[in-house]
Amino acid sequence: MAIVNTSNKACTVNPLKLSQPIGAALTFLGINRSIPVLHGSQGCTSFGLVLFVRHFREMIPMQTTAMNEATTILGGTENIEEALLTLYKKASPEIISLCTTGLTETKGEDIAGAVKEIRGRHPELNQVAIVPVSTPDFVGAFQDGWSKAVARIVEDLAEGEPEVFSGRVNVLAGPSLTPADVEEIGRIVSSFNLHPVILPDLSGSLDGHVPEDFTPTSLGGTKLSEIRSMGMSEITLAIGESMRPAAETLEKKCGVPFVVFDRLTGLEASDRFLDLLQHLSGEDVPQKYRGQRSRLMDAMLDGHFFFGKKKVAIGAEPDLLFALASFLSEMGSDIEAAVTTTGSTILKKIPAEEVLIGDLEDLEERAVGCDLMITHSHGRQASERLEVPLFRAGIPTFDRLGTAHQLNVGYQGTMRLIFEVGNIFLGSKKENHPDTWSLSNAGRL
Amino acid sequence: MLARKVAEVFNEPGCEHNKQKSEKDRKKGCTRSARPGAAGGGCAFDGAKIALQPITDAAHLVHGPIACEGNSWDNRSAKSSGPLLYRTGFTTDINENDVIMGGEKRLFRSIREVIRKYHPPAIFVYQTCVTALIGDDIEAVCKAAAREFNRPIIPVNVPGFVGGKNLGNKLAGEALFDYVIGTMEPEYTTPYDISIIGEYNLSGELWQVKPLFDRLEIRILSCITGDARYREVAWSHRAKAAIMVCSKSMINIARKMEERYGIPFFEGSFYGISDMSDSLRNIARLLVRQGAPEGLIEKTEGLIAEEEARAWTRLGEYRERLQGKRVLLITGGVKSWSVVSALQESGMVVVGTSVKKSTKEDRERITELMGEDAHMIESITPKEMYSMLKDAQADILMAGGRSQFVALKARMPFLDINQERHQAYAGYEGMVTLVEEIDKAIHSPIWEQVRKKAPWE
Repeated sequence: MAIVNTSNKACTVNPLKLSQPIGAALTFLGINRSIPVLHGSQGCTSFGLVLFVRHFREMIPMQTTAMNEATTILGGTENIEEALLTLYKKASPEIISLCTTGLTETKGEDIAGAVKEIRGRHPELNQVAIVPVSTPDFVGAFQDGWSKAVARIVEDLAEGEPEVFSGRVNVLAGPSLTPADVEEIGRIVSSFNLHPVILPDLSGSLDGHVPEDFTPTSLGGTKLSEIRSMGMSEITLAIGESMRPAAETLEKKCGVPFVVFDRLTGLEASDRFLDLLQHLSGEDVPQKYRGQRSRLMDAMLDGHFFFGKKKVAIGAEPDLLFALASFLSEMGSDIEAAVTTTGSTILKKIPAEEVLIGDLEDLEERAVGCDLMITHSHGRQASERLEVPLFRAGIPTFDRLGTAHQLNVGYQGTMRLIFEVGNIFLGSKKENHPDTWSLSNAGRL
Repeated sequence: MLARKVAEVFNEPGCEHNKQKSEKDRKKGCTRSARPGAAGGGCAFDGAKIALQPITDAAHLVHGPIACEGNSWDNRSAKSSGPLLYRTGFTTDINENDVIMGGEKRLFRSIREVIRKYHPPAIFVYQTCVTALIGDDIEAVCKAAAREFNRPIIPVNVPGFVGGKNLGNKLAGEALFDYVIGTMEPEYTTPYDISIIGEYNLSGELWQVKPLFDRLEIRILSCITGDARYREVAWSHRAKAAIMVCSKSMINIARKMEERYGIPFFEGSFYGISDMSDSLRNIARLLVRQGAPEGLIEKTEGLIAEEEARAWTRLGEYRERLQGKRVLLITGGVKSWSVVSALQESGMVVVGTSVKKSTKEDRERITELMGEDAHMIESITPKEMYSMLKDAQADILMAGGRSQFVALKARMPFLDINQERHQAYAGYEGMVTLVEEIDKAIHSPIWEQVRKKAPWE
């Protein structure tokens, strides 16, 4: 049980946090034929776009309403209109998101009203789903933007049909999941002869496939028709505490019951997930996963020597922090420092004394003498200064290949984590030398 | 006040584009603004940060919500030979309460924290959209803080919504001119002191040309701002001559330095062999005109002859491997002809080059080099680029990092020549590296494999 504190500095040093609007934008990149638009100055989009390009090493369709000083003060409806019409003509997307930014929220615009007004003038836009999301940069963090966007998507688009498709399961995929994680979750659900609708599905769009032709929108991901039919599923599985609001929205609107899995990393967490799927489907756990479970146990047996009492400092968004800290703690390591970006009910469950809402300067101070630091690529400077090895997790990871394919969930993903992290511990093992046990060192090791 | 500054920067008398405009158009300024739904570039804040962040010992504090710094920090490749403070991300990360109550107090406290913890010789404070909109007076806060903490605290008034990156470069230049340049004196001066304006030492490119100046005993008194220390920029007004490089991004500084301090400058480039030579030649002439001994010119010619011969020999080694390879060159467009000539010298054919930001003179040079039917591209969409590559109308795309995946997804070679690139391409060494990189990209064994269909297809 952790105490949650907020850093009381005036100045953030070496930010850990990313902004809300780009968190919201990324969810839309997990929907097929979509273009996220940030309603702000061109820089808001440009920074987010470059960040995602560097992280995923993929083309990122993302646009802007290109607000300037005058249009901000006078109101941005004309810019929204021009952006929507231009995108409709040039890219014919099925869905466009309109995420506000600090700039347009400071002015205080009614974007939902603006969209309605624009639709009145341009009936051709009726073919496009337009989802406005309020995501001021000066509130919350990336994870909050993601959480709000998914809730807004189901609120606006899921239809409350009375019918129920037997075996249909909604999966709300949280921001801590990589495309590989999402794919694995889909695979596990399907192996019980259940039919998952995953929202958002980055494994379809940002998995690095090489398409046959050029598309100006996202390609792959959840289909709009699937989102509309989410009200007909038997159940919603929300992966990550941040997906609870969306699951609740869907229950309220369409009556779909839900279960929240606060993480899918770790033996027991994976067991709980498969156990539920077994009950839901009435099918036995497939042989494949029994095999994987056995291999994971073996990895835990082989690996625990190297994890025991290791001191780890983690900086990550709440859902990811919870998953990683719990995993490490279950392997016998101690979470010496836990720093996060924004508030969440999950934080108090993190196995550390304190969870601090802060920045990488806070993490660096607390990581002195630790055996491992885990955070995104921006932790590289601190890691070099402290000479503490860095395991990269989270967005952005721009100085490593294959970030989309890092699997951290299920038996398979937990096993991979044990190997990756365990190998860092193995590689940084300090050799004993004649002075190791010298009397002047006694008791100080 | 910001509006006046922006208008002034737009009506730049030194700018070739501007000179070609009618009196009326000139008054309108360079107002081409980003189009909603079809914009691709960064904002003025981004441009200012690119231009000033290479000052390595200063703290760069961004006053705004988390997006501006949090989403972008430590993502540029400007290198330092010493201090690393410039790579630390500082931001006031304002919250909802600040938006309502004003963020000036938080900014002042932030400046105090940065000084207490990091002791920088100076702090640059960047204004952003939200804090500009709520009326935070960063000039006043910086003035008060400078007095209180007894060191330069420089306001850089660049809310993103005033325009694009290039405007931001220039506004950064204005901040340097208004607050930094001329505020310190170098320990000594020599007749061989120059300043380089608009060189940011990306991937260490300054270090590709510095040895040349060192050989000629020309001293880089200040580089604005590549691998700079704050004091070097502050005493840059004591240079005897200046080179302005990089797409006129800081032409306003060069012109004002000439007007106020009588420092003559010329526009040069370190990209391309003949350009590098011309730059050396011109700076030597300017220095001699300013009183340096005549012998410098001969010495310079000697170095040029030696280095050019060495570079051409090395490039010649690639001629056979690269003969006839077709390059599609999409850059900002400025001076792309200087790269064109080096590519041609290595046997390659430039099948198209962008000219969006090139001047009339640049276009004439391109026609001269590439012939009458030179394919000059005003603007090209990613889809068009993809089609050109997919139809194999080019063997390699050289462009900025954003276009990387356009080429790669068409299963065609790509070379990043923009500011996020990891290779240094300046000077004679850089041109050889560039051709080496093209050779590696084009002749990678992967192309044949990834273009083949699977056996069952």
